[in-house]
Amino acid sequence: MKRLLPFSATAVLLAVWFLAARRQTSGLFPNPLQVLSGLGELLRHGLLAKYVIASLFRVTWGYLLAVVTAIPLGLLLGWYRRGGQALNPLLQLLRPISPLAWIPISILWFGVGDVAAIFLIFLASFLPLVVAAMNAVGNVPTTLLRAGRNFGLSNPRLLRNVILPAALPQLIVALRISLGVAWLVVVAAEMIAVNSGLGFLIVDARNAGNRYDLVVAGMVMIGLIGLVLDAGIRQLEKMKALRWGYGS
Amino acid sequence: MGVRVVTPAKVSIRDLSMRFPTDRSTIEVLSSVSLEVKDGELVCILGPSGCGKSTLLNVVGGFLKATTGEVLIDGQAVTGPDPRRIFVFQERGVFPWLTVEGNVGFGLFRLGAAERAERIAHYVKLVGLSGFESAYPQELSGGMKQRLEVARALAVNPDVLFLDEPFGALDSITRLVMRSELLRIRRAEKKTILFVTHDIDESVQLADRVVVMSTRPATIRRIVEIDIPHPRDLSSPRYIALRDILFEEIGLAHKI
Ligand SMILES: Nc1ncnc2c1ncn2[C@@H]1O[C@H](COP(=O)(O)OP(=O)(O)O)[C@@H](O)[C@H]1O
Ligand SMILES: [Mg+2]
Repeated sequence: MKRLLPFSATAVLLAVWFLAARRQTSGLFPNPLQVLSGLGELLRHGLLAKYVIASLFRVTWGYLLAVVTAIPLGLLLGWYRRGGQALNPLLQLLRPISPLAWIPISILWFGVGDVAAIFLIFLASFLPLVVAAMNAVGNVPTTLLRAGRNFGLSNPRLLRNVILPAALPQLIVALRISLGVAWLVVVAAEMIAVNSGLGFLIVDARNAGNRYDLVVAGMVMIGLIGLVLDAGIRQLEKMKALRWGYGS
Repeated sequence: MGVRVVTPAKVSIRDLSMRFPTDRSTIEVLSSVSLEVKDGELVCILGPSGCGKSTLLNVVGGFLKATTGEVLIDGQAVTGPDPRRIFVFQERGVFPWLTVEGNVGFGLFRLGAAERAERIAHYVKLVGLSGFESAYPQELSGGMKQRLEVARALAVNPDVLFLDEPFGALDSITRLVMRSELLRIRRAEKKTILFVTHDIDESVQLADRVVVMSTRPATIRRIVEIDIPHPRDLSSPRYIALRDILFEEIGLAHKI
């Protein structure tokens, strides 16, 4: 019964969508079947795979670059509090600036192309990850730090064997959130800074003859891939060495 | 003839005072505490909650720097934590991301794999956690977690153990079991032990000497020698007499 509930809700929604599409006057708004055939058309022309790969390629690079730089930096800033305090005002100032506000600058610096989009994704994931890693270090219980130091761990070893594992559950939550943000940003970046990818598909389909079936097809793909990415990163939270960090 | 052999103190606490700055003023937590602990002795530091016992133990352990005074261990001033002296915390001291084996082996990173494995096996067995080698702390009971922490401490073969109300969070039956376990372990591995507690019975059951602290700022009110051989009979007149002395010293009535 519980398992059927989401399916029934989706079915009802699809039906409402279908009826709403029939009652429109402009004739531009596609119904679910038209979207499905739009997806089929994209698939046949090889555009779907091409655009999905282009988007994933940019997200992967931007996100991974952010992860490998932001987490060590955040851990260090959290550990050496002075450094954290010195950079904190700058981080707090940059944080409320939407990554999208950086689009003109990234085009200015990197031109229209992959690098500009990757840079935007990097920015979008980098700042939240630095701040999360900093806070995660601050939240490591004193007892565990003291226990680590009591056994004679050097600072690098303490960072690797106590602080990182103690911070990991919190870091994984941040990784998950920032991957979600990265996926939001790639779509926006592709609408402006490049001419491929799912974001480009959406603008292009509209501009080239109001193909709203393809617009919605692109949206559906974005939703599905976002879901898969989130489910993937959620698997990390199930690891035995991490489960202690998420309540019972 | 006439030459007195002076056993040098293992731990010697000299005129320690500790003040913490707060928003407006400072609070004085320790006030000129001096104490000598002999090698192999089990000393209980007994005092009401909030009097400064943990602060004292953390200073002796090298985690906090006293405002004035000093601590000598084997004649050397303590400047920081040291693997020769391991601290056991009241709760949540074990690493939750490591298994029982991982925790016990945590301090053994300088050893080769074979010796490491051997020591882990030995101490897992000593504290009665055999069969739980690959369990995570969250899968263990409170008493088992404390035993695990004791095993992790013993594995690096320290000569001093600092225990800060290690059984305080356990139920009263488990607490009794843990005390006799501690005494059993102490017979197997001779260590100097500083044991902080606010439990009068616990101190009489465990200690060679009980150091009674005052309320904050903590000073030493009295040191009571517990001259009952082990195993201690908890209903013997001497046990009850010593308990009464401590009750009185803490300032509690005997009736409830
Ligand atoms: N870092 C600190 N800053 C300010 N006050 C502290 C600090 N550490 C402990 N205290 C205060 O010192 C007193 C004694 O604390 P503690 O040593 O933990 O007592 P006990 O272990 O005997 O219960 C408490 O009132 C506590 O609030
Ligand atoms: Mg305490």
